[in-house]
Amino acid sequence: MLLDELKVGATASVIKTGGEGRVRRHLLDMGITPGAEIYLRKRAPFGDPIEITIRGYELSLRKDEAHCIEVEEKA
Amino acid sequence: MEQKKLTAALFGNPNCGKTTLFNSLTGSRAYVGNWPGVTVEKRSGTYRFSKDSEMDIVDLPGIYSLSPYTPEEVVARNFIIDEHPDVVINVVDATNLERNLYMSTQVLEMDVPLVIALNMVDVLEKEGRKLDVKALEERLGVKVVLISALREKGLKELMEAARDAALSPRKGHSVLPEKEIYSKAEKAYEAAGLSSPFFHAVKALEKDELEAKANPLPYEEVQKLAQEDGSDLEAAIADERYAFIEKLCKEATKRKRQKESEKLSLSDKVDKVLTNRWAGIPIFIVLLFVIFHLVFSEDFLYLSYSGLIQGTFAEGTMWEGLFYADGAIMSPGVILANFVNCLTGGLSTLVSGWFTDPSLVPLQGFIVDGVLGGLFAVIGFIPQILFLFFFFSILEDSGYMARVAFIFDRVFRKFGLSGRAFLPMIMGFGCSVPAMINTRSLNTEKERIQTIRVIPFFSCMAKAPILAAVAGVLAADFGWAASDLVALLVYVAGIGVAIISIIAMHLTTMREKVPPFIMELPSYHLPQPRALAIHIYDKGKHFLKKAFTIIFLTTIAVWVLSHFRWDYTYLENNQIGESILADIGRLIQPLFTPLGFGYQLGTAWGWAFAVTAITGLIAKENVIMTMGYLGAAILGTAEFAGSDVEAVEAIVQAVSLSGGTITSGALFAFIMFNVLTIPCFAAVATAHAELPKGKMGWTILFWLLVSYVGGTAFFLMCDYPWTIAIVVLLLAGFFTFAYFYNKKKSLEEKMKGAD
Repeated sequence: MLLDELKVGATASVIKTGGEGRVRRHLLDMGITPGAEIYLRKRAPFGDPIEITIRGYELSLRKDEAHCIEVEEKA
Repeated sequence: MEQKKLTAALFGNPNCGKTTLFNSLTGSRAYVGNWPGVTVEKRSGTYRFSKDSEMDIVDLPGIYSLSPYTPEEVVARNFIIDEHPDVVINVVDATNLERNLYMSTQVLEMDVPLVIALNMVDVLEKEGRKLDVKALEERLGVKVVLISALREKGLKELMEAARDAALSPRKGHSVLPEKEIYSKAEKAYEAAGLSSPFFHAVKALEKDELEAKANPLPYEEVQKLAQEDGSDLEAAIADERYAFIEKLCKEATKRKRQKESEKLSLSDKVDKVLTNRWAGIPIFIVLLFVIFHLVFSEDFLYLSYSGLIQGTFAEGTMWEGLFYADGAIMSPGVILANFVNCLTGGLSTLVSGWFTDPSLVPLQGFIVDGVLGGLFAVIGFIPQILFLFFFFSILEDSGYMARVAFIFDRVFRKFGLSGRAFLPMIMGFGCSVPAMINTRSLNTEKERIQTIRVIPFFSCMAKAPILAAVAGVLAADFGWAASDLVALLVYVAGIGVAIISIIAMHLTTMREKVPPFIMELPSYHLPQPRALAIHIYDKGKHFLKKAFTIIFLTTIAVWVLSHFRWDYTYLENNQIGESILADIGRLIQPLFTPLGFGYQLGTAWGWAFAVTAITGLIAKENVIMTMGYLGAAILGTAEFAGSDVEAVEAIVQAVSLSGGTITSGALFAFIMFNVLTIPCFAAVATAHAELPKGKMGWTILFWLLVSYVGGTAFFLMCDYPWTIAIVVLLLAGFFTFAYFYNKKKSLEEKMKGAD
């Protein structure tokens, strides 16, 4: 599944970071690499952007960017 | 022993405490905030080991990786590559180790002495975790020092380690696994004779834009290698770095932290409420209202209708109305302002008592009205301004402002900007100058241009006196609701105009895809008294400096211009209407007719408003300074107690008495004109420096147009409410046009792309 489909409060691990150019570079630099664990903390008012916990810190990104990240939900 | 003075560069992720460390090391007072990207320029200071041994310290903007995205990030990378500091101090936030070490693994690859400063270890210990420094040092191959920049712990050890490291050169090494492609790429750069070949090679494999420009020859060679390899190297490199770090962190962390879900800390609970999907935006608006009420309200507890409070505090003395007046208790901000006004009023009375001899009247006028009147008009507002700034600093320092960007991103995207642009705009409430500089952390040039243009609409502290004084008159004499509500309305109207302008620009001259929003949200913490004190001290100093230099000089100029005729004959206070200043004012006064404060005000005193449009160009404090001064002249010095509301009131009355018409709409339009028009000299100069070439002229034109059209609209809507419909229709018409223009352009671009 893609990160933007994940539910609030769910945890998933990254399979592949898609996107292109600078956005992809930025996502990789921020630690969104295969195997990294993502916890979806919350959605902003109007449902977008989202806030995730990754590698022990909080990161916010938009649905558009989350749409580039392939994840696998953990039970 | 003579020694070359060494330079250390502070390098690290945004918001990891570099500036706090810089302040602690050098004893300076650079601005610290709790959001990523506060420092946008490098700055330097000196650390003293002992009396005759010191080291230069350079604080660089924080970056997440050595692949920069924004101009301020390029500054940091270029400094290390081009200016060869003797040692790099890589500041690492120990509470956020994995991501912080990611960049450390990149700096390791450069041929530069390196020391890692593990910051915020005190916070870590509180959380019950400990780090194994030995393990970190062993795996990273450089010295690691535990510090707390805030509590000034470990600084001496750090600087000694930095000095030792600086004296012996270091060859770069990498944590990436050995691969044929890496060594081949490194060889290409070695052959080109560059230092830090491995670093450059990896950047080239990542298709780094700066690398391509800086060293095109080896870059091309590496691209060929990458093509032969064919794999996704960009992802692989990031992955390998993080894999190394994960392993290292597991080894070095002594007690694993509890699971995320098991603990819900206080800050998590607070966060749940503040950024709640439904309550988040209302909470922000209520917070803003409470702050403005505390600072500006003249009826703090809404008691004026209850009749509980009688009369005025200490009537007839110097302290008249300090705590309460007209049945209402003042807010703390107003009491502060009253206190200063009482003091300065008393001082004015005292000084004018020294000039009893009739021959000394011009001198008395010059000193009391001219010099003191102008200065006090500015000084009187400093406490209120600092009080407002105090609250903004708390919001900012606690980490809340970064959440506000998160909450409002969706809204901002509708207008074509990212939530990130909200931060410099909020900074604009303090002062446009740092706000405009802060736009460097935005992603695209167009986003920067739009943000810089609307920053002045976020009414700055220097404009606060204008709206406080004129709003006071609107409340006292025109039956408008409480003055704090009027002040709030001005702020909201300014934001509204900013939004309309951004949408208009985004659809027409500044068309582009909305930039991405990938932002770290810093952890909440209680505001640090030291950081707060620094913010407020700086602001206060800034205002006092301004008051005693540029405003002081303008005061004298205004006094001279208003007390002399073109033939250099001296004029009494009651003859000011014949002065040079009045003539200049009358010359441009008709221009303001559509805004309600033009020819309607008559020729006797109506020019007063027009004149402030000119003095305000130098500094916005001058607007109320000029008013305060003219008001004092009308009232006669002895009666003038130094309150700006009274001064504006006096001018308004003088206008009415001399046959002019002044309406509440005109006064409101006057405030809005000042909020929207060309900002002060300092802000214009900053905009000029920050905007790309060729945009300054358009920006000035934009400010003039918006303030003129906006002022007219506000005047009409206040005085003739039926015109609201027309204004709304015109806006709708404009946006429909702009919308279709945008559609057509996008279509044209698509067609071009298809060809």
